[in-house]
Amino acid sequence: MNYAVYIPLIPLLPLVGFILAGGLGKKYLRSFSGTLCTGIMLVVTLLSLYTAWRYFMADGQWNGVYQKITAVQVSWLEFSPGVGIDMGIVLDPISVMMLVVVSVVSLMVHCFSLGYMKGEDRYSTYYAFLGLFTFSMLGLVVAVNIFQIYMFWELVGVSSYLLIGFYYQKPAAVAAAKKAFIVTRFADLGFLVGILILGIQGQTLNFDTLIQRLTDTQSARFMAITTGSFLGVSLLTWALALVFAGGAGKSAMFPLHIWLPDAMEGPTPVSALIHAATMVVAGVYLIARLFPLFALNAVVLELITWIGVLSAVFAAVIACTQTDIKRVLAYSTMSQIGYMMFALGIAAADGHGYTASLFHLFTHAFFKSLLFLGAGAVIHWVHSNDMKDMGGLRKLMPLTHICFLIACLAIAGIPPFAGFFSKEGILLAAWENNRVVYYIALLTSGLTAFYMFRLYFSIFWRKPADGGHTHSEGTWTMKLPLVLLAALSTGAGFIPFAHYVTPDGRGRTEHLHLLFSIAPVLLALCGIGIAAWLFKKASAQPVKLAQQLGGLYRAAAQRFYIDEVYMFITKKIIFKGIGRPAAWIDKHIVDGLMNGIASATAGLSARIRGLQSGRVQDYALYFFGGIITLAIVLLYVWR
Amino acid sequence: MNGIPITHILFVSTALFFIGMYGLFTRRNLISLLMSVELILNSVNINFVAFNKYLYPGKMDGVFFTIFIITVAAAEAAVGIAIVINLYRSHQSIDVEDAATMKY
Repeated sequence: MNYAVYIPLIPLLPLVGFILAGGLGKKYLRSFSGTLCTGIMLVVTLLSLYTAWRYFMADGQWNGVYQKITAVQVSWLEFSPGVGIDMGIVLDPISVMMLVVVSVVSLMVHCFSLGYMKGEDRYSTYYAFLGLFTFSMLGLVVAVNIFQIYMFWELVGVSSYLLIGFYYQKPAAVAAAKKAFIVTRFADLGFLVGILILGIQGQTLNFDTLIQRLTDTQSARFMAITTGSFLGVSLLTWALALVFAGGAGKSAMFPLHIWLPDAMEGPTPVSALIHAATMVVAGVYLIARLFPLFALNAVVLELITWIGVLSAVFAAVIACTQTDIKRVLAYSTMSQIGYMMFALGIAAADGHGYTASLFHLFTHAFFKSLLFLGAGAVIHWVHSNDMKDMGGLRKLMPLTHICFLIACLAIAGIPPFAGFFSKEGILLAAWENNRVVYYIALLTSGLTAFYMFRLYFSIFWRKPADGGHTHSEGTWTMKLPLVLLAALSTGAGFIPFAHYVTPDGRGRTEHLHLLFSIAPVLLALCGIGIAAWLFKKASAQPVKLAQQLGGLYRAAAQRFYIDEVYMFITKKIIFKGIGRPAAWIDKHIVDGLMNGIASATAGLSARIRGLQSGRVQDYALYFFGGIITLAIVLLYVWR
Repeated sequence: MNGIPITHILFVSTALFFIGMYGLFTRRNLISLLMSVELILNSVNINFVAFNKYLYPGKMDGVFFTIFIITVAAAEAAVGIAIVINLYRSHQSIDVEDAATMKY
């Protein structure tokens, strides 16, 4: 069967689900819309898995190199012959890998939501939004050109906005949705400018052609983009840095991360899908997609590396102090994406970082969505997000407990769980290319183990179980995804990833360096040990320790005051310094001019209104007077 | 006929014109206004005929115009009176002062 026959179904079926659930859901489908959308997702997932099997096992390779296959390409907007925007589907190792990740996680979330969202007022709307999101995300990963990616990029932004603000009666959710939208929009502005620079300089938007034209160091285009400069920085650097800014906004990298913790106001399965596994890694995917271009530019790679590593350690420190379990997970996501980013940043020399980064993306999607779904099950049970309200749940929720533990071990990097393999890959790449980054990353992996097990012990141990709750752990639709994702979090690490995904498409075999793994694993075990000592039993230790750490703890608990800095910049500087004067000018000068003209006209018309009396004779008199005047003028004055 | 100078005739027509004009501005009754307009038109007719006779005796253009104006005046009177009747139906009056609502 030709790819073109069924591939378009993968992104389009969720769109059908969106239209059906959105259009007919409220009136006709009602509670059936969830089942319908989940069924559609099942088909999509099977198609994606089939595609992946065929691509990797059967016909993706040619002479030992994975080819880029353009399965479908249609001209979508044609401005003039040769200048247009295409839509299409491209298959290469990373897009196929992302197809699998997105559809599998989306299916799990669809299934979990059957139980989690049961009885919601806007049940069908919820499924419609999930369908819209899945459609946009799948469209994003298979994009053939940079403009298509931008369009779907905005679409995932919109669906993220809609889902964060799903509980629109809650002011916090509305504020969080707006914040997410505005911050990512702000970053996307940079992305758009970057696209335009690349498009103008490369004379194309198509990824293949663009990369081919701009990486040919002999060509005139390459010379133009590297020698042309703006503010002393070459155009290529500007373009790539701006594209990275867009990616950093979506992926919640350091200065633009503020929206992600607030985005946890959305329903928990949504956080699992959008804010853990798929949408937030779009930035990583984008950079991987344009990697041959980034590899040319050491400056931008340096920037990516440092922003990535800074985000990783910064978020890990904050995660140690948060008490809202979803916020801990949000900061943990940010930290892990930081890992992926800096792994890409150091990948130019040998490509190991590239493979490791995408491998981590792959495994992270499974264990992080498992963590979120587990947290969702816990929240469903306890009806609270706060750690203080939890404890001792291991007897009451045995299945959730086991799955959560597996996910925690995976993210902490304990062998043989999936996170171990991908994190080792990243650390190894860091060791070979940049020692400073390696030590920071090592420290972060210890912190990761600590805060994840702080979370784990606080939820499942600490207090004796109280028998107050009698309802069951959840429906089978909620348990099944947990079990499947736990299986994936355990087994996904054994996939020989380097065999499939490398920057040049040539498979490689990577060996585990057991000696090298000792340090990170020991450090992770230390983190777990400290967490167990502090949080396994209720004690005064954590509070005492927090007091000893003093300022550092308070600063971390307040998320290092980044939100306050933003508030200061926007309210005090932008609003007061620019907004107010602009408003004053608008009010008094621009409006003043208009109002002046209007009132002058009104005054004049009030004076001459009496002339228009409505009496025919008056008009005749004016007419006659006018003629007399004209006659006098023509006869005596004009001559 | 030739003994009467043109100035006499012009004097008559001018007088007629201003009598009509005076009526147009002072009368309040719409039918009187129509009659005043007829006077004005007739003064113009006299002018046409007089100039035709005295300046271009061989031609008939002025006479034609006069006949044309008489025709138009007849039509105008018909339309005017129709308006007056309708005004009377809606306002119960044919006083021109009462018909001041057209400006809105």
